[in-house]
Amino acid sequence: MKQFEALTRKKDREPVRYLVVDDSVFARKSLAKMIESFGGQVIGEAGDGCTAITEYARTKPDIVLMDITMPQMEGIEAVERIVQEHPDARIVMVSSVGYQDNILAALQKGARHFVQKPVKPDALYEIIRYVLNDDGVTATVGAGEEKSR
Amino acid sequence: MRMDLIQPFIGSLDAVLAEMMKAPAKIVDLTMEVEGYRRKGTAAVVTFRGQIEGRVILDMDPGAAAQVASLLFGTDVAPDEAIVRETVCELANMVIGNAVTQLNDGGFQFKVFPPEVVAQEQCAQTGKDSEATILCFETPSGNVYLNIAMKYLQRRSRERSAIPVA
Repeated sequence: MKQFEALTRKKDREPVRYLVVDDSVFARKSLAKMIESFGGQVIGEAGDGCTAITEYARTKPDIVLMDITMPQMEGIEAVERIVQEHPDARIVMVSSVGYQDNILAALQKGARHFVQKPVKPDALYEIIRYVLNDDGVTATVGAGEEKSR
Repeated sequence: MRMDLIQPFIGSLDAVLAEMMKAPAKIVDLTMEVEGYRRKGTAAVVTFRGQIEGRVILDMDPGAAAQVASLLFGTDVAPDEAIVRETVCELANMVIGNAVTQLNDGGFQFKVFPPEVVAQEQCAQTGKDSEATILCFETPSGNVYLNIAMKYLQRRSRERSAIPVA
């Protein structure tokens, strides 16, 4: 897989920490590989919305990648609950179902962005950079040179 | 069956296979289901409810399914491993999700349910009020089948709104 300029946290230059929420092991594995190529770290995984809420409170990730269609509690409801408790949460919806009603509902509940499956690594990388905004920096791999966003 | 409703599924499968298998796919056969569907390899079903209701089965030859799983996991995966079934479920989710998105943007409203593995060899025949079409796609690693069964319950919203009120 293509390697990207590593995205790090501006405050401590540590890797960006991700919580990956999807009921599919395949999807979680696929996203984890992309995160690795971005220089990030998966600090938690969840297979449904309920677990996502507890995992968010436990791990306090920098970014959440959240599926929509899941058993027990769907992603949009989980977004609402997480953002109620943690207004600064940065959640990116990742779903194969990308129609406008779904996207709008997710954004209204507090999601920051939406990406449709199958996820293209380049697109996700740019979205992560955008969502991190001033809290993320890129470090040129192997060169030690850092570029602030 | 209306081709304008099937076309999004064809385009979606083509795009998903190109992205996930890194290989081209072409349609080599199209048939109507006359008896219950007989599974060819590893299969997953996704159902959807709304103005159009139905289900789509994604059925992959064992070699094709194993190749996608192997590409993702970076190691050889045997066709009978659980991860292959999981892979087919997620591919079905992507294919149907993308197609349903296009149909929704065209005015149809749906609720899509999570994919389930098709365990039985022979699926029940679709109801009399449904039509099922089976598309066979050829890939370098084996065939991929898409079995689409749906029935139309309501006109799409823009057609309804075009009907003049007396």
